[in-house]
Amino acid sequence: MHHDVVIIGAGMSGLAAGIRVAHFDKRVCILEKHYAFGGLNSYYKIGRREFDVGLHAVTNFCGPERRNAPLSKLLRQLRLTREDFDLRPQRHSEVRFPSARLRFSNDVRLLIEEVAQAFPREVDRFRRLVRALEVYDDVRLDAPYSSARATLRDRLGDPMLIEMLLCPVMYYGSAEEHDLDFTQFVTMFKALFLEGFARPREGVRRIVKTLVRRFRAAGGELRMRSPVRRILVDGGRARGVELESGETITADVVLSSAGFVETMRLCPDSAPAPADNEIGCVSFVEAIAVLDTPPAALGHDAAVMFYNDADAFEYARPAGIVDCRSGVICCPNNYQGHEDMSEGVFRMTWLADYSQWARLGQVEYQSAKRECEERFLEHAARFVAPIRRHVVCTDLFTPRTIERYTGHLNGAVYGSPRKRRDGRTPVENLYVCGTDQGFLGIVGAMLSGITMANVHVLERD
Amino acid sequence: MGEQQIRQIILGIIASVAPDADVSKLRGELRLRDQLELDSMDFLDIVMELRKRHKVEVPKEDYPRLATLDGCVEYLSPKLGVVAAR
Repeated sequence: MHHDVVIIGAGMSGLAAGIRVAHFDKRVCILEKHYAFGGLNSYYKIGRREFDVGLHAVTNFCGPERRNAPLSKLLRQLRLTREDFDLRPQRHSEVRFPSARLRFSNDVRLLIEEVAQAFPREVDRFRRLVRALEVYDDVRLDAPYSSARATLRDRLGDPMLIEMLLCPVMYYGSAEEHDLDFTQFVTMFKALFLEGFARPREGVRRIVKTLVRRFRAAGGELRMRSPVRRILVDGGRARGVELESGETITADVVLSSAGFVETMRLCPDSAPAPADNEIGCVSFVEAIAVLDTPPAALGHDAAVMFYNDADAFEYARPAGIVDCRSGVICCPNNYQGHEDMSEGVFRMTWLADYSQWARLGQVEYQSAKRECEERFLEHAARFVAPIRRHVVCTDLFTPRTIERYTGHLNGAVYGSPRKRRDGRTPVENLYVCGTDQGFLGIVGAMLSGITMANVHVLERD
Repeated sequence: MGEQQIRQIILGIIASVAPDADVSKLRGELRLRDQLELDSMDFLDIVMELRKRHKVEVPKEDYPRLATLDGCVEYLSPKLGVVAAR
């Protein structure tokens, strides 16, 4: 059957793109190879307990009065209301280094006060930086690359303050090791510090289910367990896809959220193979513990805590299987309106090396996971409290899990270090959306789908 | 269809594209974007909702004519088949 648009992947970006084109009466089909929606931001159940993958926080949270903020725009574009996502704001989060700590909330004034206290000589420069970033146009699709580290060195004096700002920003969105594009830094800075964190009471499933419902109501077709074998290209133009089942679906436009390199591998004869350095290599291990008590009762009240054990922050594929020198600790209980959660949830994320995890045999893999859980409990004791006697159950996902569920090569959570902001590929009518297009976070992923659908499908009619 | 109906059609579209916009004090001769803080994505949606709901095609070069509510009424009247009320 012929479709106007075929979308590869039922993650946040694919679903959002699908809603846009279905709403405007295009015949659209989303193909998902997995049995679960959400891609990188999915969810699962063990026994009666529900867990989120990916989501620590919905960044870009803001109130309805900020009509031009990304969250407000995306709700309008998808014809959804704020209630549909049920977002509950954080109280506060923090960045902790050995000799300084910066708390921040959804009001940037707290961060400025904390900078004034920890870095009194920097606060004027920091205020100027905040003002400059507030008006910086980070959503244009043609911004040239510039180094965030270099730009920050020009604007701030104390290297440790720079590291403390980069740590959360990189953890929440950098596909690149060591540094990131300044425009991406601005996007993340706004998302984390000028807007803020929130979480749906039910976790990420609330958002994913809302998108699926909206997509189906708009008349879109969603096919699960339908992996694409190849993208059909003829004369340099995408004509549709062939599924693993052998079925062919023709389409005027193919929009892929599979990642740029992953997408090009689905049509290998149509363009030169992308260079290996276009494949991302930043991946994570995440340990989750369910506790018999809320983390606040153990003295931990931050929604998210970014820690680093040295004055300099190293964001790179680690030498070992994981790198515990820095990490992110997330507690869903510590968002507003989550007080009645019956159990505590405690999640810790570390940088991890995909290739070392990939090499392990099944038995070694299980023992590496157990070792990580052990280190998790040790680190929890350092930063929060001895949680061991409160642990009801634990789970752990690795770069291998990420690759299996998202299809991203190397389990690269943030995809390729090279973003294609205009979504174009060497193949006509084939576009990328999502991680490799380059808007970041959950809100960014949805906006990516929306923008690519607008530019490459709706506006060209 | 009368001019008043066309006005209602446009207000209905604005209400679905930007439900948080306050259209109660809207002035016909002033730019919609300035009064309602519409961005370019919202504006594009108004054009596309016109096509979806009323099969009206608005070519890009005509977008400026939709800048105000009065402009919309004038531009859309012939397209929506208004019978001149005189």
